[in-house]
Amino acid sequence: MYELLLEPMPWYIAGPLIGLTLPLLLIIGNKTFGISTSFQHMCAAVLPKKFPYFNYDWWKQGKWQLQLSFGILLGGVLAAFFIPEDYVIDLSTSTIATLQENGISNFNGFVPIEVFNWENLASLPGFFILVVGGFLIGFGTRYAGGCTSGHAITGLATLQKASLIAVIGFFVGGIISTYFILPNLFN
Amino acid sequence: MRFILAGTVFGFILIKSEVVSWFRIQEMFLFDSIHMYGIIGSAIVVGLIGTMLIKKFNIKDTSGNEISIKLKDNSLTKRYIIGGSLFGLGWALVGACPGPLYALIGSGYLIFIVPLIAAIIGAGTYGMLQGKLPH
Repeated sequence: MYELLLEPMPWYIAGPLIGLTLPLLLIIGNKTFGISTSFQHMCAAVLPKKFPYFNYDWWKQGKWQLQLSFGILLGGVLAAFFIPEDYVIDLSTSTIATLQENGISNFNGFVPIEVFNWENLASLPGFFILVVGGFLIGFGTRYAGGCTSGHAITGLATLQKASLIAVIGFFVGGIISTYFILPNLFN
Repeated sequence: MRFILAGTVFGFILIKSEVVSWFRIQEMFLFDSIHMYGIIGSAIVVGLIGTMLIKKFNIKDTSGNEISIKLKDNSLTKRYIIGGSLFGLGWALVGACPGPLYALIGSGYLIFIVPLIAAIIGAGTYGMLQGKLPH
């Protein structure tokens, strides 16, 4: 069992399990799956109620989503026990080649350590990725009213037009970053 | 407690399936592997079947209430195009969407506290500008 837990989880097991989260949350609490709204609740806790977006009982409405988010963090803590020291993701050779051209050399772990480290935060590419990128995640998901969980999974599984448009938007933005911004950022 | 537990299982899967990986997100946007598409695609299919079964058999939640799915405002388009694209830009830069941000911090990549705080500030900025933005 322990040996099995050390292995990466294949997509055809992870995907269905992630999909089950949607009916599970409906059944255990009548809650519609979505994670980015947790950002709104945290803002509503501290920002003035004169803005309609923050004018609601954030604890009453948002407690479940904040608990879910905290749980996701705990899941990360737990999973870390089952990640071998020398973990390398089995990426496609074509992706490795493209990323190497873009200046990435360290493929150990889940993220490129040369980009995601505290010293790099002071560099222009590091700041752009970590701070501007993070800001766009929060601003964009709230503007669009959902992220990967709320739109791509919940919205598409319930056949909503809004979510199809949003997911197309996700890819427009993602492709611009991947093909035009990131290659110029590192070189 | 049940939501913390559901989140824990979800976060564990996000890490073990490498969804949280910046490398995997680049691979997805480069269209080089089925990995991410397989995960999102099969999650949608299972979610679709699950919600259909709930409706078909009129399954109640654990407190015995009628289950209702909160729908998006399907009469709007601008917010989904603009907001969606802005999120997409950030998703590919950081290599993580909101769920993975939490999971990565938990798994020890503490640097992701920075994009998480930036995302919360981004959400707050949206909330303050909401009335002035096209929807």
